[in-house]
Amino acid sequence: MKLTGAEIVWECLLREGVDLVFGYPGGAILPIYDALTKYPQIRHVLPRHEQGGTHMAEGYARATGKVGVMLATSGPGATNLVTGLANAMMDSSPLVAITGQVPLGAIGSDAFQETDVTGCTLPVTKHNYLVTRTEDIAYTIREAFHIARTGRPGPVLVDIPKDVQNKVIEFHYPEGELRLPGYNVPGKAHPKEIEAALDLIHSAKRPLILAGHGVLMSGAMDEIRSFAEITQTPVALTLLGKGGFPENHPLCVGMMGMHGTAAANQAIQQADLLLAFGMRFDDRVTGNLKTYSPNSKKIHVEIDPSEINKNVKVDVGIIGDLKMVLRQLLPKLQTGQHQEWIGQIRDWEEDTSERDILLRLAAHPDGKLWAAQVIAELFRCTEGKALTVSDVGQHQMLEAQYYPHTRPHSLLTSGGLGTMGFGMPAAIGAKLGRPDEEVWAIVGDGGFQMTLTELGTAMQEHVNINIAIINNSFLGMVRQWQEFFYEERYQSTPLKNPDFVKLAAAYDIPARRVSTKEEIEEAVQWARSIDGPTLIEFVVVQNDIVYPMVPAGADLHAMIRRPKPSESPDFENNPTAI
Amino acid sequence: MKHTLICLVENKPGVLNRVVSLFRRRNFNMDSLTVGRTHNPDISRITVVMEAEPGDGKKVVMMLYKLIDVIEVQDVTNIPTINRDLALVKVRTPDAYSRNAVTDLCYERGARLVDIGPEVTIVELAGAEESVESFVEALHQFEIVEMVRTGRVSMGRGIRTMEQRDYKSTRFAAYAPSVNGGGSAEHDDE
Repeated sequence: MKLTGAEIVWECLLREGVDLVFGYPGGAILPIYDALTKYPQIRHVLPRHEQGGTHMAEGYARATGKVGVMLATSGPGATNLVTGLANAMMDSSPLVAITGQVPLGAIGSDAFQETDVTGCTLPVTKHNYLVTRTEDIAYTIREAFHIARTGRPGPVLVDIPKDVQNKVIEFHYPEGELRLPGYNVPGKAHPKEIEAALDLIHSAKRPLILAGHGVLMSGAMDEIRSFAEITQTPVALTLLGKGGFPENHPLCVGMMGMHGTAAANQAIQQADLLLAFGMRFDDRVTGNLKTYSPNSKKIHVEIDPSEINKNVKVDVGIIGDLKMVLRQLLPKLQTGQHQEWIGQIRDWEEDTSERDILLRLAAHPDGKLWAAQVIAELFRCTEGKALTVSDVGQHQMLEAQYYPHTRPHSLLTSGGLGTMGFGMPAAIGAKLGRPDEEVWAIVGDGGFQMTLTELGTAMQEHVNINIAIINNSFLGMVRQWQEFFYEERYQSTPLKNPDFVKLAAAYDIPARRVSTKEEIEEAVQWARSIDGPTLIEFVVVQNDIVYPMVPAGADLHAMIRRPKPSESPDFENNPTAI
Repeated sequence: MKHTLICLVENKPGVLNRVVSLFRRRNFNMDSLTVGRTHNPDISRITVVMEAEPGDGKKVVMMLYKLIDVIEVQDVTNIPTINRDLALVKVRTPDAYSRNAVTDLCYERGARLVDIGPEVTIVELAGAEESVESFVEALHQFEIVEMVRTGRVSMGRGIRTMEQRDYKSTRFAAYAPSVNGGGSAEHDDE
């Protein structure tokens, strides 16, 4: 079969099971777009900016577990991918980006729209390729998908010059084994490592599981639950680990880290055994490494060998696929009882609830709308069953605190890179991948405006997402740092915002504004009843603080916490004072 | 402390860039870097000498393994190795006296005279870095006009070898019949 390089690209995508791609056409990728007309079985979604397209592809990938595909042209098209690729790299999301490049002969001549794309994206991709022969396209794409989705997943970029796309060759799909001598996908653990881990597990008095994104990616939800229940080990979650273990489970102590629950952080510091399952001891999770969980033995199960002993020295490091390793451990586990330890954690949790803003507002309503109330109401109205996609900032942390997740892949957020603008486009991708889910994009007014152009995509593709803008007319998280650490000098953080309701109207998207707690439920139910995108702007209190907070680099137990009523001198007059 | 790492990598365009870029972005300073083919034309061998904290050697090894094109990495800092560095030094020898003196020095140090001209002489010494250094020191009695060193190459003593798999880079050639028919090596040479 004689095919052009461009047609071969689509043939290969079909063989990888791709039925939806995101992409933005341009000169150097036009042959691939022209060939798409021959492949009507593939749906193409046009973002308004390539960055938005990568976030959509990542939202799609993380919601479905499949590889997200993004196309872009050379030069500016390709450089606009960098943020999205970096985000996918940090959060280990499987993406394949295909970029057009200037013709081979023009490479290096500063041709129109030429950029060294493989050079630009080298540090933000798991691997990348410049394809110099049409004959290599098929093998390269096959290898790219394999690398993107196996091991620790990540983004892979394939750069294809225009003449390589145009050339006609006899097409043979490369069957058979891939030749990747330097690429190993870890699987099971060595039996000796299992034995060493079991010794520590069975002698622990105060064990704690730290469950990360790896739980979701290896599909080890059932295994980790069995592990926790058999050994009666409490489970703390990372932000990206949410959904890997049900948060309504009695053994769940919630999120750990900078804005995690006080109970989880205290438990980490007091534990005598940490079981780090598919997480990477990010600095936002550990705080000061010198004082991190000082009295515990540590077992680290991780698919990426370079993560073991990178930040935290561990006693047993197991390189492997979490699901396989847990399956090796489970039959050998002895049932455990840690009543005293769990009781201690319960005490910490009670101490937390006394400081909770919602309880305080319930007892002392102030008539204002607080971001935490919005999230909690959203949780109630959606019965906790929505797939939420948060952006980055205060609302993201409040979502993590007040929207408990019980199902895998029900929270998508930018964790490692903290990319403002991720939320709304990622929600579009998630909804396209899982049309049966109720998808809510929960975004701040700052982050939303970084990628709000994608309202156009939601309109054009009629993507049924609900957008909740938590609007405090401030870059709230930066404001919080300025309040705590820069003596309340709010330099460049107040925002003068457009009328978001009118803005949505310009895109023909139904929208409402909500500024009291009483209006929330009706507005949320209104949005749920509409087929197609909707937007609700929640106007919330400005001087809000996300508690607790471990300042960057501080000891994990040295959390800044909301004062108890008994500790607030002016409590009667100002019950929500910070 | 100084670490010596040996990497076997696929002999393909851009691989050296990936390796070097890793050192740059982790802010490790390279003292020397040598690259060359092995007896297997599909595999290149890289020797890196770098300055790093004792624990960092292991981290770099693990990060290098993350690169898809890196096949094998070894930190040979603490294992018995043969290390060689080669220097070519051009010294000014305008008269018979200086030419004789350079010849004598080379004889003492096991160096070779590789080019003798009317004005300058090029001498060559291959050896452990310390002997190269002291030889260069001694050459300072003449006027050194130009000098080049290769940087360290290392090989483990005895039967220690880098794990050489039976490996032939057929990643592309085997699947894609080239224009003139049959898999060819042209791709690998690009």
